[in-house]
Amino acid sequence: MQTHNQSEGHQQHPISVYFKVWGLLFVLSSFSYLVDILQLQGGLRWTLILVFMFLKAGLIVAIFMHMVWERIAFVLAILSPPLCLLVFIGLMASEASYTHLNRLIFFN
Amino acid sequence: MTTDSPATGDGVNGLITDWASDKDAFKRVSWGKTMMWIFLLSDTFIFSCFLVGYMSVRMTTAEAWPNASEVFALTIAGEHLPLLLIAIMTFVLITSSGTMAMAVNCGYRRQPKQAAMLMLVTAALGVCFVGMQAFEWTKLITEEGVRPWGNPMGAAQFGATFFMITGFHGFHVSIGVIYLIIVAAKVWRGDYRERGYEIVEITGLYWHFVDLVWVFIFAFFYLW
Repeated sequence: MQTHNQSEGHQQHPISVYFKVWGLLFVLSSFSYLVDILQLQGGLRWTLILVFMFLKAGLIVAIFMHMVWERIAFVLAILSPPLCLLVFIGLMASEASYTHLNRLIFFN
Repeated sequence: MTTDSPATGDGVNGLITDWASDKDAFKRVSWGKTMMWIFLLSDTFIFSCFLVGYMSVRMTTAEAWPNASEVFALTIAGEHLPLLLIAIMTFVLITSSGTMAMAVNCGYRRQPKQAAMLMLVTAALGVCFVGMQAFEWTKLITEEGVRPWGNPMGAAQFGATFFMITGFHGFHVSIGVIYLIIVAAKVWRGDYRERGYEIVEITGLYWHFVDLVWVFIFAFFYLW
């Protein structure tokens, strides 16, 4: 049964890995909360928020959701489509800047 | 019925035989897990649309955006603590992700009772999260006067995006709690003794995704 499970791609891993990631998530969350407590502002604030966010998201997807142990065909099928969101975000950001500019000119 | 039959037919017939040829692109990934991932992928796009919409209204508004750090501050025993409730909610959700990972592990170790118990603990933490969210909403509506169409602190769009995004996330957590309880009950009853406990992992995928979405909401809505 065990070998059968392995060939079926069941995800059984040492429990210590989960504990380490769990701890890391706590630490990273505390760091992102500290960004607000310490009232860091401007570019530093945004950089830190994004860094901690991506580290947390990466850990959750990679370890808790087992993506590091899946086959590459599957990982790419699931994780590459969201990349087109970057284009979407870019388009909407440029459009939003333009709208904002117009509002400043005509509304204020 | 062989699994590697040669290509037969062109045009529409070819389309049908290709899709019906019993080939699996994702080796060693069960259909259940694949389908859950595809659902989560579609959910990623839904939440992304909300967050991009939030970005757009926040960038376009000519009024000042309310300071989330202040709006969500709590005063406990005379101590002014910014974002305290949100931080606690974040830790509760991370803790629940940890217990969920443990449940998956117990499932594959063939310890169904422990797996079911850990899933119930996860569900309880989820209920705790939703409860705190209800408290947060109540405070925001009754004390701060935030409405979807306006608020006393600044840009009117703040309420609309807040209720939309956190509401949809809270809805996901609530559904997750129900899902967890159902699967935990079936695991406890021994429904998966023959089939194995991959169902726990699939349920876990959904739960971890809910935590994942919260990571982005926490960063973009509360901290930004």
